[in-house]
Amino acid sequence: MSTDLIPLAFLMFLVTYPSRALGLLTPWLDRLPRVGFDYLQLVGPAILAALAAVSVMVVVSDDGVPAFHIGIEWVAVLACLGVTAWRRNLLMGLIVAVAIVVVARNLGFAEIPS
Amino acid sequence: MGIAVSAIGFGFVYGLSAREAGFSPIEVLAMSVLVFGGAAQFAAVGYVASGLAWPGIVLLTALLNARHLLYSAALAPWLSKERFARRAVMAHLLTDEAFAISIGHFRRLGSTDAWGYWMAAIVSTFIPWTLATVAGVVLGGQIPEPARLGIDIIFPAAMIGLSVGLLTGRREVVAAIVGGGVGVVVALVTSPPVGIIVGGLVGPAAGLTVPARMAHETAPLGSAASANSFSMPGAHAGSPPPDEPLDEPRVRPDAERPR
Repeated sequence: MSTDLIPLAFLMFLVTYPSRALGLLTPWLDRLPRVGFDYLQLVGPAILAALAAVSVMVVVSDDGVPAFHIGIEWVAVLACLGVTAWRRNLLMGLIVAVAIVVVARNLGFAEIPS
Repeated sequence: MGIAVSAIGFGFVYGLSAREAGFSPIEVLAMSVLVFGGAAQFAAVGYVASGLAWPGIVLLTALLNARHLLYSAALAPWLSKERFARRAVMAHLLTDEAFAISIGHFRRLGSTDAWGYWMAAIVSTFIPWTLATVAGVVLGGQIPEPARLGIDIIFPAAMIGLSVGLLTGRREVVAAIVGGGVGVVVALVTSPPVGIIVGGLVGPAAGLTVPARMAHETAPLGSAASANSFSMPGAHAGSPPPDEPLDEPRVRPDAERPR
């Protein structure tokens, strides 16, 4: 069983714990400049959107060249976006996204990735 | 209870995604115990799968989890009478869910309730999340042809769904659109890991170009409304506690004195 990523988990802990602890253990943290707070507020949406977009729009060929990809995954992700925004429930959005992909792939409308 | 159920469902999905990216059960367990942050853990699955180097993963994790600074600062006045060592442990268990539950609980009581914090952090979140993530990665091995069942779509769908809860104003929308767009363009020109980093760093800068008076921010970071936005979707249905107006000012310790 691989344990290669355990050091990575520890490094992630090392950079996460200070943000959780500093406010509780030190009294001066709320003195950060306003622009710093504002930037932090925007990091989450930007990273998550970048991850989602790159995951469904970019595929890397066997020789390592990235290429633009169009497929049923776009429809599934957009459906998840719509359902999650409408129902405020990600699990429901995920179920819809998976259902779209399953139906499309099993009926032959979409390619099954290798 | 609702949060625990949500943690189980979301944790299981995370375990499935992690397995798809090649994580072993012990690695998933380590992530859940040490990092204990749903969005950062989900994102790490994508980083690892796309071959992003560890320094980049660590940097993005630090940025993604930096919002806890605000929760921590907001809780500090309530927990200041707890022993230092106990506060140090409480800090590790501080999540969006733990903050949202405990700050509302403290306000309703008008005083600190350490047991309430432990219940919110451990019973409602830590235990169900950790067990469900391991169950997901272990039971995922019983699925013979994951692509046919659409499991590969869970990760990007979860990422876009998570971002929905964070779109609390125009700046966030701009940051997400620019982050996604720049990420794809840079990924095509260079590689997916570089695209993700550049998109994640440029997006917020673009969002800051929206003037504050036009931002229409509904959940300032560090507020209970913000914690509800970040917490596991479905747990709070995106709405703040009844005593928590959406347009409350940024939470600062001096505004959070126990009554």
